[in-house]
Amino acid sequence: MEHFVGTINYIIFFAVTAGTYGILALGLNIQWGNTGLFNIGIAGFYALGAYTSALICGLPPSAWEGRTFGGFQLPFIFGLLGAAIVCGVVALLIGAPTLRLRADYLAIATIGIAETIRLVLNNESWLTNGVWGFQQIPSPLYKTIHGATSTYLHAHPNLPIWLHDLITKSYDWFYLALVLVVLFILYLIMERLVRSPWGRVIRAIREDEDATAMLGKNTFSYKMQALVLGAMIMGIGGSMYAHYARFISPVSFKPLYGTFIIWVMLILGGSGNNKGAILGSFTVWGIWAGTDFLTKYLPFSATQSASLRVILIAVLLEVILLWRPQGLLPPKKHLFTLK
Amino acid sequence: MTTLAHIPQLLVYGVISGSIISLGGIGVSLTYSILGFSNFAHGDFMALGAYIALGLFTLFTGLGIPSAPFGPLSFGFGFILAFILAIGLTALAVIIIDRLLFRQLRRSGPIILMMSSIGVALGLRNILQFFWSPQPHYYSQAIQPAVSVTALNIRIKPDQVFIILVAIVLVVLVHAFMRYTKMGKAMRAMADNATLAQVTGINTDRVIIWTWAIGAGLAATAGILAGIENKFITPELGWQMLLSIFAGVVLGGIGNPYGAILGGMVIGISEEVSTAFISTGYKPAVAFVIMIIMLLVKPTGLLGRKD
Repeated sequence: MEHFVGTINYIIFFAVTAGTYGILALGLNIQWGNTGLFNIGIAGFYALGAYTSALICGLPPSAWEGRTFGGFQLPFIFGLLGAAIVCGVVALLIGAPTLRLRADYLAIATIGIAETIRLVLNNESWLTNGVWGFQQIPSPLYKTIHGATSTYLHAHPNLPIWLHDLITKSYDWFYLALVLVVLFILYLIMERLVRSPWGRVIRAIREDEDATAMLGKNTFSYKMQALVLGAMIMGIGGSMYAHYARFISPVSFKPLYGTFIIWVMLILGGSGNNKGAILGSFTVWGIWAGTDFLTKYLPFSATQSASLRVILIAVLLEVILLWRPQGLLPPKKHLFTLK
Repeated sequence: MTTLAHIPQLLVYGVISGSIISLGGIGVSLTYSILGFSNFAHGDFMALGAYIALGLFTLFTGLGIPSAPFGPLSFGFGFILAFILAIGLTALAVIIIDRLLFRQLRRSGPIILMMSSIGVALGLRNILQFFWSPQPHYYSQAIQPAVSVTALNIRIKPDQVFIILVAIVLVVLVHAFMRYTKMGKAMRAMADNATLAQVTGINTDRVIIWTWAIGAGLAATAGILAGIENKFITPELGWQMLLSIFAGVVLGGIGNPYGAILGGMVIGISEEVSTAFISTGYKPAVAFVIMIIMLLVKPTGLLGRKD
């Protein structure tokens, strides 16, 4: 039997990425799916979360790096919380001038903040190391798990190849479990929230903001809470990504991967449905990864194949909007159904 | 002092880029007021126009259509012909996109249309990337000497004068169209109240086609002019200007084409003048900050009405 570390690597990479997208889609589901807030700057919050976490947990700047700040080497959990807090604060600043206006203004402002964050990442080398990116971001418990694995494999040299390969990747399995646990916890919290009185108000805002305001609800405040909460979850997604990739640079957060694909995931899965958000993430990421294999057989260059795949995702979005706007799993009718 | 000495020159650059942003903004503003949604594909309509012009120009050069530069300009008859045809073809392409997509989605509401326009944006950009690669393409590789205007302490290229003149002519034409033609009046009526316009017997579907044609034609013009100014085009050309365009539209008052022209000019000039003080890389962020300040002070914009 041959080694299949490559395959395991790919499967773990696929699942970790899909799980991270699931976290981002849950964040978007609170904003868009439940409250109707149009955020097309997800990439900005995703990047902000990743960089904040890297600054909090990463190594101090080394001599050959452009950055001169950050790298406090704090434990992972501080990075995760810091990412959420920073993203929440930025969302607050964006929401303040736009949430009282028509949905278009928030949309434009979120594109603006995402672009501004991208420019800061590229230009402020002292903070981000510019286009070279942030390197050697530590993964939580890496040394402990990796050390134990090495000791174990050393002590058991005669394991079957398949078992050896599975165990070699123990850290990646651990990280996958971590992502899925975070995703699951967030899912449970979101489910609780959307079923709470608070959840009923934000869904009412989605359906008819004026009527909700007439009922005496401060819709601005509720919208702000949903925007901030969603952004915090996106920050957590960014943090999870940073500590898995261990290297982040501005190109990791282009609008395509950071924003557009997450929208397609949520819309395909079913806006307003948390299970749908997660289902959509795995489905769309599966399509995206699957077409990577397919395009290898077509007579096009790598960049052409990449373009072709984006065109496919764009067509997929339009097809859903035209023929199944409610997605695979439509939201349940929570609001007053009369029998 | 050196910084201040550069300001007249930066103002010139600002007017040039403001001309391009304004032309893009008119289309965004018309789509918003008449069709009721923010079209995020508008930047990519600009890129589409720029690439159609490139394709036609290459074709014409191959066919032997004369392309010797006109006087001091960097382009000649072949390019102008490609320019004009590209405007028409871009308008046609956008009308087809409307028939296939936006028209079907009109009843789904503005946010679905907005979402759909993002899909169109990425689709178009990647179609351009597929055929022309993400690498830059050049309309002309020739280096054009700038002319010094000593009295004003500025330098300007003949091409840049051309850009400003084209923008002025088109703005005047759009104004005349909106003010004096029947279709222009119908467009203004529909922007005021679509239902009422329909009741009075205005063919709203024709108004929508005209809206797309004008918006897309101006977008193509803006894209081609941006190509002339930058000396090269990439599939991301329009997307990179989209934030500035939206900032200009919001600043001037979203839904008001005159506001889009004024706002585009202010944004173009502010972006260029800001380079005297902060890194050039932050130009789009300058536009964004101006927009946010406007939203805080007067969300309806400089020339906006109450919703």
